[in-house]
Amino acid sequence: MDPTPVSPEPIIRAVDVVKRFGKETVALDGVSISIAPGSIYGLLGPNGAGKTTLIRILTTLLEPDGGEAGVAGVDVLADPVTARTKIGLAGQSAAIDGFLTGRENVEMIGQLYGLPDKEAKVRAADVLKRIDLTEAADRQVKTYSGGMRRRLDLAASLVGRPEVMFLDEPTTGIDPRSRIDIWDIIRDLQSDGTTLLMTTQYLEEVDYLADRIGVIDRGKLIAEGTANELKSRIGGTVIEVVVPDDQRDRATEVLRRVTAEEPMFEPNKRCLVVHAPDGSRTLMQVVRALDEAGLTPDDLEMHKPTLDEVFLTLTGHAAEAAAAADDGSNRRNMAGRSRFGRAGR
Amino acid sequence: MTTPQTRMSVGHALRDMRIITRRNLLRFLRMPQLLVFATIQPVMFLLLFNFVFGGAITFGFGGADGGDYINFLIPGILVQTVVFGATNTTVGLTEDLAGGVIDRFRSLPMARSAVMGGRTIADLVRSALVQSLMLIVGVIIGFQAASWPGLLLGLILALLFGFSVSWFFAALGLTVRNPEAAQGASFFLVFPFVFASSVFVPTQTMPDWLALFAEHQPVTILTNTVRKLSFPDVPIAGGDSVESLVLRSALWIVGLIVVFGWLSVRQYKKVVA
Repeated sequence: MDPTPVSPEPIIRAVDVVKRFGKETVALDGVSISIAPGSIYGLLGPNGAGKTTLIRILTTLLEPDGGEAGVAGVDVLADPVTARTKIGLAGQSAAIDGFLTGRENVEMIGQLYGLPDKEAKVRAADVLKRIDLTEAADRQVKTYSGGMRRRLDLAASLVGRPEVMFLDEPTTGIDPRSRIDIWDIIRDLQSDGTTLLMTTQYLEEVDYLADRIGVIDRGKLIAEGTANELKSRIGGTVIEVVVPDDQRDRATEVLRRVTAEEPMFEPNKRCLVVHAPDGSRTLMQVVRALDEAGLTPDDLEMHKPTLDEVFLTLTGHAAEAAAAADDGSNRRNMAGRSRFGRAGR
Repeated sequence: MTTPQTRMSVGHALRDMRIITRRNLLRFLRMPQLLVFATIQPVMFLLLFNFVFGGAITFGFGGADGGDYINFLIPGILVQTVVFGATNTTVGLTEDLAGGVIDRFRSLPMARSAVMGGRTIADLVRSALVQSLMLIVGVIIGFQAASWPGLLLGLILALLFGFSVSWFFAALGLTVRNPEAAQGASFFLVFPFVFASSVFVPTQTMPDWLALFAEHQPVTILTNTVRKLSFPDVPIAGGDSVESLVLRSALWIVGLIVVFGWLSVRQYKKVVA
């Protein structure tokens, strides 16, 4: 037990969890996390980092070789049956039956949560309405789009009203529009008091959703904190300002005043670079100050750290597993969103 | 918290099993190609064997006019149907494993036994449907049991046998895991048992080494049992009494369920660990 218990009591708890596959592979090498009730925790890492293994252990699908795991006050290892009444799992594989209708899928999961048939029906209808699938509810799922399937996968777990939801890469491989739908559902769930642990390969996603972020690599939790803490640790967002040469000295002075740091001059791009710890807020301050000083930059760009940069900084090696295994279009979509997506929301 | 629950109540487990069985049957009904494969193919087999081989096969069996091949064939076909039907257990289980459905089920507060129970029971129901169809077609083309109650009992034994073979295929599927490989393996295993048996022809004409296998393997024993129950007065090769045949059939059924039920549960735990 923790000598200094954090308040409130964590609803998801893992202590020194170790999992090996065979003799060689160490999937989890002593991972500890504790997650506060009602929060969203984002577990970030490339493929093969151990994200899914940790989720499988916390959802009773896998027994660890060492350590402790608890969910909603229940010891997952000692009492998996009770633990399963508290949790919901939605995975990247979208374990939904294509030959059943959306409604049949959700009702079945409800029944398997132990709800009486009638209540399972009522709740399934509610949940389908909530995720905007009422119209498609009586069609076989094989006719659904990838995004619809993923929403249904989420909905199927909601029918049991779990206290804790585990989402294993809920947005991997779906289009940007569906990704936003999933994000909305996740936010919605949190406002209902559900605690969520989600994994992702996209920094953007945890940045937007998660209250706390854990970065996992090669079976170890290598960094943990809020999005801002993490970003400042890895260098964070930077602003690049290009001004005519004769204005550079005045611009440097303005930037120094606004950001309280010495701007760096990058000779190749002929731009001044400062950190933007508060993201767009800093950007707006910079714009205002430049405007007040009568300076008009030729170019002004805010640049966020990418997952690759996070990994490079934290581990000293690139996230090559993520880059190699992921399909290129998604990564491009995410990159696109990070430039203009936020302002649109 | 109350005391840790490590087991589900029997009522709970039965309900979960019913839910999973229903799901598996719905899947079956909604895959037209599977439905066609499961119904038309065995009917085609029956018609081909009866009309292509039937004329050339000269031994009589059980008919009023000295016997027809159809009367010999139908009891065998009923056993063959359930054995082929049982291969679906492998296919269904491996597909669910690959699709992540089983992980979903396992994260739910449902009875563990329901996943495999629901699978084997659904395959049993499906075999019963196909069997009824085979019997109807058989009667249309001239099958006449000497003892219909006997045939009914034989039919039930055949279904139970199919259920027990399902557990063998469950264990196979959980060992092989890959759906395509599992399907290939199951056909590879089924053919020698179905053809090197008394299903289509008596075993006496086979070479000694093959007859030795054919006479003692369960498909032959079940076929002979259904035959003897349907035609009590016709002597069965080897001269086994009906009591002896029913007993040996029952032993095979119980034995297969015990051994492969245990093995399946063991493999299931291993697969999901």
